[in-house]
Amino acid sequence: MALDQKTVARVAMLARIKVTEADLPGLATELSGILGWIEQLQAVDTSDVEPMTSVADLTLPMREDVVTVAAQRDAILANGPEANESFFTVPKVVE
Amino acid sequence: MTQLIEGRTGSWEVVIGLEVHAQVISNAKLFSGAPTAFGAEPNEQVSLVDAAMPGMLPVINRVCVEQAVKTGLGLEAEINLVSVFDRKNYFYADLPAGYQISQYQQPIVGKGRLLIDLPDGSQREIGITRLHLEQDAGKSMHDQHPVLSYIDLNRAGIALMEIVSEPDLRSSEEAAAYLKKLRSILRYLGTCDGNMEEGSMRCDANVSVRRPGDPFGTRCEIKNVNSIRYVAQAIDYEARRQIEVIETGGTIDQETRLFDAGRGITRTMRSKEHAHDYRYFPDPDLLPLVLDPAMVARIKAEMPELPDQRRQRYVQEFGLSAYDAGVLVGEKETAVYYETVARGRDPKVAANWVTTDLFGLLNKTGRTIADPPITAEQLGGLLDLIADGTISGKIAKDVFLILAEEGGDARSIVEARGLKQVTDTGAIDAAIDAVLAANADKVAEYRSGKDKLFGFFVGQVMKATGGKANPAALNELLKTRLQG
Repeated sequence: MALDQKTVARVAMLARIKVTEADLPGLATELSGILGWIEQLQAVDTSDVEPMTSVADLTLPMREDVVTVAAQRDAILANGPEANESFFTVPKVVE
Repeated sequence: MTQLIEGRTGSWEVVIGLEVHAQVISNAKLFSGAPTAFGAEPNEQVSLVDAAMPGMLPVINRVCVEQAVKTGLGLEAEINLVSVFDRKNYFYADLPAGYQISQYQQPIVGKGRLLIDLPDGSQREIGITRLHLEQDAGKSMHDQHPVLSYIDLNRAGIALMEIVSEPDLRSSEEAAAYLKKLRSILRYLGTCDGNMEEGSMRCDANVSVRRPGDPFGTRCEIKNVNSIRYVAQAIDYEARRQIEVIETGGTIDQETRLFDAGRGITRTMRSKEHAHDYRYFPDPDLLPLVLDPAMVARIKAEMPELPDQRRQRYVQEFGLSAYDAGVLVGEKETAVYYETVARGRDPKVAANWVTTDLFGLLNKTGRTIADPPITAEQLGGLLDLIADGTISGKIAKDVFLILAEEGGDARSIVEARGLKQVTDTGAIDAAIDAVLAANADKVAEYRSGKDKLFGFFVGQVMKATGGKANPAALNELLKTRLQG
C-alpha cells in the first residue's frame, strides 16, 4: 500500500508532529516501504496460529483494590510546564 | 409500540442508541493505586501513572474487572474470558498520556439485553451491544481564568464501563426508561452509583430519523447530557431538527453535537471534526485480560436479586399490580423500605401506604427514601394498629402525619392522645342518644322515609366520638336505633 503525501500530512497532524512540505515526499516513500513490508508478512497464512501477545508465557498481573498513593499535589504539578497552586494550567481550550 | 413524529411531508420514526459511561465503584483507580473518592481537593488523588509520567506502567485493579463482569451478568450478557486493552489516541489537555486505555475489538462483555418498563406496565427488550472497561479522563475548567484552562487529574484513570445499546430505542420516553432501568440495575449491583449530577453516570445519544420501514438514516451523536430529563429533551430537539433539515431538501451530516441545556438545543461541536480517527492499537503495556471461569462462576453465584426479579416476586408472592411492583422496585432503597413495612403484614396494604401516603409525604417535604420523615419500622407499627382494630384507617392518616412531625411510635401516640377506636357499644350508644335527642326533627324525617339522612347521623355520631368510633359497630347500632 503506497501512502500519498496528503495521507502522510494527515497522520502527522493527528500525531501533532510538525512536518514541512519539503519532508513529505521522503516520508511518504519511507512509510510506504514499511507498509509494503507488513503486506508481505500478511501474505503468510496464520489462520491456525494463536496471536502472540508476549514472548514470555505471562498472564496479566492484577493489583488489589487498595489505595497505595497519598496526596502529592505539589510533586505532581511540578511535572507540568505550567501550574498554579491547585491545577495544571494550559492555554484556554474551550468549545 | 412505535411512536411516530409527524413532519410536514409525512411520518418519521426516530432511532436512538445510547452510550452510557458508568464510573465503577472501587477504592482505587483502574490501573493505579490512587483513590477514587468524589469531592477531594484538585490534583490530590493523582498517581504518577495517572499523570502519565514516562516509565510508569499500568497494573489492572482486580475489583474493577469483577465489577465489569458483575454488570455484564446483570445485563444477561456474554462474558468474554479473553479481552484486550487498546490505546485510543487523541490529544486533549485532560488526557495526559495522549491516549486513553480502552477496549476496542475485544471488549470484556459482549451482547446482552435489558428490559425497559413502559408506562402501561409492560416491558420491552432493548439489546446491549457491548460493555468495555476504560479509563476516565481528567476534568477541564474553562471559566476560572481569562486565557487559561485549569486541569484537575483526580478523575483521570478512574475505571469506566462504557455500556452501548443497540439502536433499538424509538422515542425519548423509551430512552429515559432505558436510562432509569440501567441506573436501577447498576445500583442494585453496587457497580456504579448512577449519580448523573456528579457525573458518575454520563450519556451520549446517537439519534437518526427515517421513514417507517426504511433503512437507518445518518446519525448524529449528542454529547454532554447530564440528566435523564436532558437526554429526553436533547433527543426530541435533535429529531425535530433532522426532520426539518431533510424536509427542506437538506441532508444530515454525521457529526458530534453538544446539548446546550440552557437553550434546550443541540449544536455542532467543531473541535471533534478530526477526532474520530483514533488509531486504536493494542496497548503494549498490558497483556490480554484472561478471566478465570471460576471467578465468573463465583460472581454469578453471588448475584443479588435484580429489579425485574424483585418485581416479579412482588406480583407473584404479594399479589401487587405490575405497575405498583414496578414503582416499588425502581430504587433499591424503596424496595428495602417496602419489604420492611410488608414483613409479617398485608403486602397490599403496605404497598398502598408506601406508594400513596409515604410518596406523597416525600414529595411534600422534599425528602428522599434514603432519609424518610417516617421510618419503615414506624410505618409498620402504624399498620399493626389498623390491623388489630386499635384505630380506624381514617385516624391512621392523622397518626401518620403526627409521626412525620414529631417522631415516636404509633402506639404511644395513639395512647397519649386517646385516639383508640371505640368499639365499646355502650360508649357509642351514649353518643347516639345524644345525637338523636338533639336532632329529633331529623329523626322524624328519617322515619317518614328520608333514608338519605342516615349519612348525616353517621357523621354526627362520628364527630361526637372524635372520629374514634368503629365504623362497622356505629353503622350497626345506629341502624337499629333509628328503626326505633
